[in-house]
This record gives sequence, C-alpha cells and structure tokens, in this order.
Amino acid sequence: MKLHRIFISLALPAVLLASCGESADNSSAKSDIGQVNNEYQKQLQLQLLDAKPSDVITIPAGVFSFDRSLSLTVDGVTIRGAGHDKTILSFKNQIAGAEGLLVTANDFTIEHLAIEDTIGDALKVNEGNNIVIRGVRTEWTNGPDKDNGAYGIYPVQTTNVLVEDCIAIGASDAGIYIGQSRNIIMRRNRAEYNVAGLEVENSINADVYENVATNNTGGILVFNLPNLEQRGYQTRVHHNQVFENNLKNFAHKGAIVASVPAGTGIIISANDQVEIFENTIKNNKTSNVVVSSYFSIGSMTEAGIKESFDPYPEDIYIHDNVFEGGGNSPDMLEMKALRIAMFGLKGRLPDILWDGFANPELPADTKRICVQNGTAEVINVDGPNGNKSPNMDQSAYDCTLPPLPEVTF
Amino acid sequence: MNQKWVLLIGVFLAVAACSPAKQSVSVFLEENPANLSNWGVVVAKSGSLALGQDVVPYDLNTPLFTDAAHKLRTLYVPPGTSATYRTGQALDFPVGSVLSKTFYYPKDDTGQLLSTQYTGDDFAGEGLNLAKVRLMETRILVHREAGWVALPYIWNEAQTDAVLERTGGVQSLNLQLPDGGEQSFAYVIPNANQCAGCHAVNATTKQIAPIGPAPRHLNKTYPYANGEKNQLVHLASLEVLAGFNPAEKHPRNANWRDEAALLEDRAAAYLDINCGHCHNPQGAADTSALYLDLPGDDYTGGNSGLCKPPVAAGQGTGGHKFDIVPGQAEASILWYRMDSTNPAVMMPELGRSTIDHEGVALIANWINAMQGHCKIEG
Repeated sequence: MKLHRIFISLALPAVLLASCGESADNSSAKSDIGQVNNEYQKQLQLQLLDAKPSDVITIPAGVFSFDRSLSLTVDGVTIRGAGHDKTILSFKNQIAGAEGLLVTANDFTIEHLAIEDTIGDALKVNEGNNIVIRGVRTEWTNGPDKDNGAYGIYPVQTTNVLVEDCIAIGASDAGIYIGQSRNIIMRRNRAEYNVAGLEVENSINADVYENVATNNTGGILVFNLPNLEQRGYQTRVHHNQVFENNLKNFAHKGAIVASVPAGTGIIISANDQVEIFENTIKNNKTSNVVVSSYFSIGSMTEAGIKESFDPYPEDIYIHDNVFEGGGNSPDMLEMKALRIAMFGLKGRLPDILWDGFANPELPADTKRICVQNGTAEVINVDGPNGNKSPNMDQSAYDCTLPPLPEVTF
Repeated sequence: MNQKWVLLIGVFLAVAACSPAKQSVSVFLEENPANLSNWGVVVAKSGSLALGQDVVPYDLNTPLFTDAAHKLRTLYVPPGTSATYRTGQALDFPVGSVLSKTFYYPKDDTGQLLSTQYTGDDFAGEGLNLAKVRLMETRILVHREAGWVALPYIWNEAQTDAVLERTGGVQSLNLQLPDGGEQSFAYVIPNANQCAGCHAVNATTKQIAPIGPAPRHLNKTYPYANGEKNQLVHLASLEVLAGFNPAEKHPRNANWRDEAALLEDRAAAYLDINCGHCHNPQGAADTSALYLDLPGDDYTGGNSGLCKPPVAAGQGTGGHKFDIVPGQAEASILWYRMDSTNPAVMMPELGRSTIDHEGVALIANWINAMQGHCKIEG
C-alpha cells in the first residue's frame, strides 16, 4: 500500500515561516485599558516554564493578547495581576489549545486578573492540592453564546480548593465548575449569564456561600455524574443570593447542563447530603429549587452507565431560606401544563420541585428530602410516570437532618 | 556551569562500514543546549539528516496523527547500558537515554510541501534527503536523574540546525494534498509543558515518559540500512534492549492502515496511540471516565464510551448525547470531536490543526459496524 510521492510542479511562494507565534493583529482591543500587548505571550510562558516553587509571577496592568494556551506545571507558584479589571489576558486571537491557562500543579494561587474570550475553558486546574483562585474574572465579552468556551473557572480532581471573590460571565456550560474534588470553599463569587452559574460535581465536602448567582439558566448546581471514580456527597449551599436565573439554555445539546431548565435557582442531581439553608432564592421562573435524579437528565442507559452509580438524591435538607416569586413560567412543556392544571393560569409552582424518582430498594422512612422552611412546599412531579400524578403531600418532607460541618482546611 | 556529560563514541564502532563517520552523541543531563546539533542525535550535513553514533531509528505500528507530518523517531541508550523490556508501557530506558522525534514533510522540486502517506521508506538507508523533505521540528526526550525532560527544537529556514524554543511556536503551512488540492493551516509546535500534556501519561505523578517505544507499538519490521528486520529483535541484537525473549509471543498493535487486519483491532490501535495517553485510568482525561488505551482492561459499563454520556464535554458534544452510539458514527461524540478543528471541541486537544480524515473514516466504519442501540431509561 505504498503511495508514491507526487511531484507536481505547482509553483508557490516559499513556505511561509512566521518567525514564532506572536500575532501582529491587535484587533482585540476591546478594553480601553492600556495598549494591547502581543509580545508578552512568550515572556509569560517562559516565566511559567522557569518558575520555581514559591515564585510569584506578577502580571502588570494592561491587556495582553495570547494566541495559544498558557500552561503551568510547577508546584508552589502564585500568579498575581493588578486587578480583575486591570490585568486582562485576552484570548480573542487564540488559534490553539483547549483552555486559556492550564495548571497541573499543587500549591497554586492565581489572583486579581481576568481571562477573556478563550476558545475553550478559561482557567483549568487538573489535579492539584491547595488551590486558591481569588479575584479572577473569566468572561466571554460577547455575552451568552453556545460557541463560548465551556467553563470559566474549572478546578477538577483537586483537594483543598478555595475559589473566592471571582466573577464568571458567559460560559456555555458552567461559570465556576469544581469537579471530582474534595474540600471546597466557593464563596463571594458572582456568576452571571452562564448556563450554570456555580457547579459542584462529584465532589466531597463543599461549602458554597455568599455567592451571587443571577441571570444564568441555573444558578447553583450540585451534581453527581456516572462512571467517575469519585461519587460526590456533603455540600453546604448557604447565604447565597440566587435570583432571576431565567436565561434561555444555550448549552450544546448532549452537554449535561443542556438538561437544566431555564429558571432554576438551585438544582441538585443525584447528589447526597446537601444542605441548602439561609439563602435568598427569588424569581427563578421554573422553580427556586429543583431536586432531581439522574433519570431526568435523559442520558441514563444500561450499556453506558456503571451499575455502581446511584442516580437518586438522598439526605437533602432545605431549611430557613428566603423564597420569593418564581415557578410562574416554567421552561418545560410538561411543567407549563402542570402549573396551569394544578395552580391555575396565574398560579406558580411551589418553591421546591422534585422529579419523584426514588430508589425503590431503600426503606420507606428514608430521608430523601427534608424541608423546614416556613410555608415553602415541595411538588413531586411524578417523573417516573410521565408526570401523570403529581402530588403535593408534604408529610414525607417534614423531617430534619443533622447539619453538615463547615469546611475548613 | 558546564556539567554536561559528553559521551564520546569511538568511530571504529561504526556499524555501517561504508558510511562516513557518524557524529557522537552528547547527553546533557543538566543543561538544555540551545541547538539540536549539540546533541548529535540527528544532524543535518551534506544534504541529509543523518543519525548520530549508536542512534537507532524506529517507527510504530500505528502512529499519532500530527497534521500528516512524517516522523523520524530515534532512540539512544548510553553504550554499555540497555533498555529493559516491559509490557503495557514503554521500555524502561536507563538514565542518559535520548529519544528524538523529527517532524517533516516531503516536498517537490519547487519546494511545495506535500501531504503524503508515510510508508516507512523515507528513511531507508538511514539518511533523510533534505532535497526532498522540509524539517519542521525535533522533539528531544532525555532521561535525566530526576526523570524525563521534553525539549522542542524548531528547524531554521536554512535547514542547517534546529533551535530550542521551549515556548513552542506557530508556522503557517500550505500542503498539497494527494488529490491535488491544497490545505493551509497553522502548524503549532507545543511548548515544553504541553509536551507533558501527552507524555505525563499518569496525571497524578505528572512524570513525563516516552509513549511510542512500547512493545506493542515497536513490534513490527523496519527497513534498516542493511535490510528489514523486526524492531524488537533488532534492538535486542544491538544489546540496546535487554530482557527480550524472541521465542515468546509479544503484544502487537494493528497497523491502522492494514486492511487485512480486523476493523476493531485497527480502531483500537488508532485510539490507543492518539487518545490513550490521556484517556486511561491514570491519565489527564480520567476526568471524563472514557478510557481508550491498550492494552487496557476490557473497558465496559461506561468506560468504553459505548452509550456513555459525557462528563464535561461542553460544546464538544456537538449536540450528541453519547460518546459512541452503535451503528451511528455521526451521532457519536467521539466521531464529532475527531472531525473538528475547533480547539474547544477537537480531540486530541493538542498536536493537530487539521483533521485526520482517514482516521475519522476508520473510526466511523468501526462505530457503524457496531450492533445495538442506546436505550434511554427513566
């Protein structure tokens, strides 16, 4: 099967050999802060390559343009900008790389800068202990778009990870997404115009508080997905402002978050031991809180899901939240019909919506969802039977669960 | 600071009696020399790219696709030492070993670069004819005391030497395709960290390691200057490889282009070398739970990709729900991501700017031949 070389004398100018990387195009000057700097790319990547543990790499104020991913593999490094509105790493001209900055290192801190308009994820940290992400803004400056990168801030398989005072805007999947990690504090962040605002996935021991999630499709997500080595449990979601997450879902179909209905405040899927308390959750049009099994994601297959996967949520404790509005214009046809049938033309779905999938192998008195939240009610929409018999019997939810511990590290 | 070890090899040890004296290899165990020629592993001189003393060329049953670049791979172990045979991973090379991979394209009389199939005969006679090829880059993997280090060297326009560029680079290329069409793209040379993106096959230890020189990839014939020979047998006969018993049966990946081989073996070999370095139970892509390496366990129940929903594919789903939908390649995320050049979508994430249409077709045929369907519950 030899293919002989073809020698066709098609005259062409000599092969173009641009010296090395730096794009001459500085059309990405969106921000008016300083000159866009195309020359800095090589310098910063060299600094990242040459970094030694305990080094602090300072990036000055300015807009810096990158056409390829940056990467760091050295432990103990801090990357520090002059502020998320002053030090801007722009990837508008990016031609290669699945993320803006990829970090595969321990004891990493990044703070006070912005990463804008990456083709894929903005900041990904893959496997690392002691990760601090502080005052970082990740943004797609064109606004919500299905072709925006998937994740803004994306630590995965990390331990002891602190994400605080960050801003995540425009991600086509999740603004801040902590996956398959352990010991997590996610606090005082703002997530806006993402499909999912803040997400904790397959993680153990997470504390999500004092965040603002608004104008996303879903505000705060606590998910478990199948087939992964680590099953997540034990997440506190408290003292957050979760309001008006009514953005049309713009994720690509097939992505897990594509199943999140627009107008969802907080959604738990297949996770256990989740305590949702003292949040203010307002005006999320499908439901302020959704408790869901993996069945409702619509991707449960016998061949493709490990048998060990538990698709059901249990030990969900919802208490002492401030609920207001919401449920008045659900996203899905079935829920629209259900709302009108059960609550009238001007009625609203209750604050808490449960898909109704319950593990039949567990005893009858299993605490699936406990609610101690004033007049807030749960609707079981009877997902297993195609929403035929939704019910408002509240007796099963009148229980309490022990409070989960604060996360410290 | 001149702590390099220079291992001088006497010219009288030259194997090929008629060829001119080969350059001796210098192994740098501390510093990173600025020029590729400092290593003496592959050297441009007298119109050809020649191998240094004791440098052995090799190739793989099924190679990684890198924008249709041809690759000259070499290995070197310090005289008197040898690599040790082991299955399931690359040979265990001693400290002081140097691997190289030179990326190049054939060119015609006018200098037009050509996209052609690599057939293994580029290097027959052990000298790349520089009148007929354009050298792009040479990546060095050197085994130092603390582990392997990856260094990217970019060839100069005069094709006399390559210069260390740890931050990688981008070059605009235009290739003439076999059908006469043309393809222009940005050829991206990875930075030194990105080398680890593939070569840290265990994302927890983050240790860089060779991928290609594993028995299942090496177990094939190679057209050496003095005739074709099985590579493992040849390495053993040079005493570069120890612990190899030629009487035993050794793993062998299929040649992905071998139409006489089983379709599933060809697909598995292709996925192994193109995907398995990340998509394995310890790899960087274990975050996805999709494992495509060989020889793996018999991945089932979610890890094989069959009817498996994605974890964090983002826009990489292309609107599809499962990695592999039997009988429906074009409804499968695996196919979709191979058939893309969007950096947010494409797989592999690094190492290509163009689509391997031949590879995509192979995987499509493999998926389309699968029976069954993905039945959604709930």
